[in-house]
Amino acid sequence: MNTQAQGTRFVDRLGRVYGLYTLGFLAFFALMAIIEQFGVGARTIGVLFLLFTLAIYATIGWLSRTMQVDAYYVAGREVPSLYNGMATAADWMSGASFVALAGGIYFGGYPYLGFVIGWTGGYVLVNALMAPYLRKFGCYTVPDFIGTRYGGNLARFCAVFVLVIASFTYVTAQINATGTIAARALSIPFEIGVWFGLLGILLCSMLGGMRGVTWTQVAQYIVLIIAYLVPLIWMSNEQGFGIIPHFGYGEAAQRIAELEAEYGLQPAAEAVAGLKVLTTAHFDPQTSLDSWKFVTLALAMMAGTASLPHILMRYFTTPSVRQARKSVGWSLFFIFLLYFSAPALATLTKLQLLDPGLATAVVGKAVEDVMALEWVKNWSAVGMLSVVDQSGDGIVQLNEFFMRPDIVVLATPEIAGLPYVISGLVAAGGMAAAMSTADGLLLAIANALSHDLYYKIIDPQADTRRRLIVARVLLVGIGALAAAVASLKLTGILGAVAWAFCFAGSGLFFPLVLGIWWKRANRQGAIAGMIAGFVAGSIYLWWTYTSGETWFSLDHLRFSIIGMPVSLVAMVVVSLMTPEPDAETQAMVDETRIPTGDSILAETH
Amino acid sequence: MAEVSAETRQAHWRKTSTLTYVILALWFLFGYVVPWFAKELDAASFLGFPLGYYFIVQGSLIIFVLLIVVQNIFQDNIDEEHGVAEE
Repeated sequence: MNTQAQGTRFVDRLGRVYGLYTLGFLAFFALMAIIEQFGVGARTIGVLFLLFTLAIYATIGWLSRTMQVDAYYVAGREVPSLYNGMATAADWMSGASFVALAGGIYFGGYPYLGFVIGWTGGYVLVNALMAPYLRKFGCYTVPDFIGTRYGGNLARFCAVFVLVIASFTYVTAQINATGTIAARALSIPFEIGVWFGLLGILLCSMLGGMRGVTWTQVAQYIVLIIAYLVPLIWMSNEQGFGIIPHFGYGEAAQRIAELEAEYGLQPAAEAVAGLKVLTTAHFDPQTSLDSWKFVTLALAMMAGTASLPHILMRYFTTPSVRQARKSVGWSLFFIFLLYFSAPALATLTKLQLLDPGLATAVVGKAVEDVMALEWVKNWSAVGMLSVVDQSGDGIVQLNEFFMRPDIVVLATPEIAGLPYVISGLVAAGGMAAAMSTADGLLLAIANALSHDLYYKIIDPQADTRRRLIVARVLLVGIGALAAAVASLKLTGILGAVAWAFCFAGSGLFFPLVLGIWWKRANRQGAIAGMIAGFVAGSIYLWWTYTSGETWFSLDHLRFSIIGMPVSLVAMVVVSLMTPEPDAETQAMVDETRIPTGDSILAETH
Repeated sequence: MAEVSAETRQAHWRKTSTLTYVILALWFLFGYVVPWFAKELDAASFLGFPLGYYFIVQGSLIIFVLLIVVQNIFQDNIDEEHGVAEE
């Protein structure tokens, strides 16, 4: 087939294609830097950055179009581990990682760093417990594994249900992020920005399915990592922390601790809605409660990582089990590049604002001088920053400098006085991060509904053409629904992301793990585990979110700490109370555990 | 393709499980135990960082990457040893 031949040729030339692409992007960046010197306005540069990158993604999406089932669902299982690692990293690092993580670290201190450990350590679980075995299984979607391993439409349906709830929660946050960035760069209202973002997302995924998403995600990873590292390196270099600050910002962190002691970490005299002042120490846990918060958050995020379908399904696209394992390693390596940079960025930005010895400092300076700063004016105008002299002493105190946490990354280039071209680059990076994650999530939802619900449960006779048309209609429909929900602005970016991890962990973690690691696990047990875990987690979330009370300080960000044990107990107890799985199923589990031999499910099914 | 015997499967799975448990124990150590004692560890310093903080923002992350690489190397050997490696 023609498309297949093109696909194979393309896979052989990946290094050259993406090498040229990277050079092209850097050349574009240089061009923008030059035209800025010639007096082209900041707004124009921002627009050009966004449109240029979007045009590239759309082109890749168009070139990857396909009408083959295995290309649409698993990119033809021909993605080499290195590139699958990059695609997974882009799939993984959402608008929240890119935009909000450094800001969260800036304000949240030690307890918040649980996200950093949780969102990286989860990959050890993915590799140790899940990815190689699911690849051997040969499924198209995660519910495909549950449905085949446990048998029966009810188990499959439960898995689809949990997947849809978890991924949908997550995707609204991502579309929200694309909307925010598009709105700011293109100067359009947020409600329109959301639809603009959705259009970009669909351009990548609609024609090529998983194949289109894979190759755009690789491109998006390259943009987002450049966009994250360039400002950091630039800023660090200007401040004398060297070109690679990652190993040398320890002293900056220690200096912040001294400054915190000097200024005192006081809550604001009068709160400003939606904005925060710094009240948490930069790195020390203050009490053992902080340690508890840290480990529960890390556990919730790690289990969620290992059960989120849009991540697991990326490992279905490699040519072999060994490549699947290798690509988990690459994934974490590429993710690590951003995650070990975020704390450095948070630390250096904080030092810039706090240290009176630096020209960029605001704390301890005269209020009117600070208010006159260009970047303070810009961000105050949009209500994301505020300097209020509540003590009336004419000096900006630490608790008088209000900021919205997610602007730390976006405002850093301006705080450090870097040229606008950097801000344009950061906007393009944030857009790439949010779009790539949204693509993966939308595809996970639409594929589960089209493959598991429509084809496997409703109409098993449907032909290829019909299946792929249904898949695309669902993709557009769900995207539109998510954009509509996102335009309502229900939760902040990060809240919704953590919820997705907790939903997935509560409902899917143990049914997936035990499906491979415990032969005795049966259909009844898996169904009980999915329902009990999901319901218990959801009820706890509802209760703690509405009442504001908690058990053992487990707030709404870590509700899977309640859902997961319930899921485990329900699954084990019900499995043991009901007959063990038949010999055929047990043989299937044995077969899953070795890399050789045919996959459990046929290559195309 | 030759059928893999039940004994081979069992031996292969036993080694695979042991490897996995060792990796998960290390994962637990660097993902939970070390961060739990961050304050105590912060008394020491490494590369100018307070030690506990260093692990959380960098050290444990590097160890996670290494854990995956190391597990995969050992797993490849186990697979080859039992004749169930691909290719």
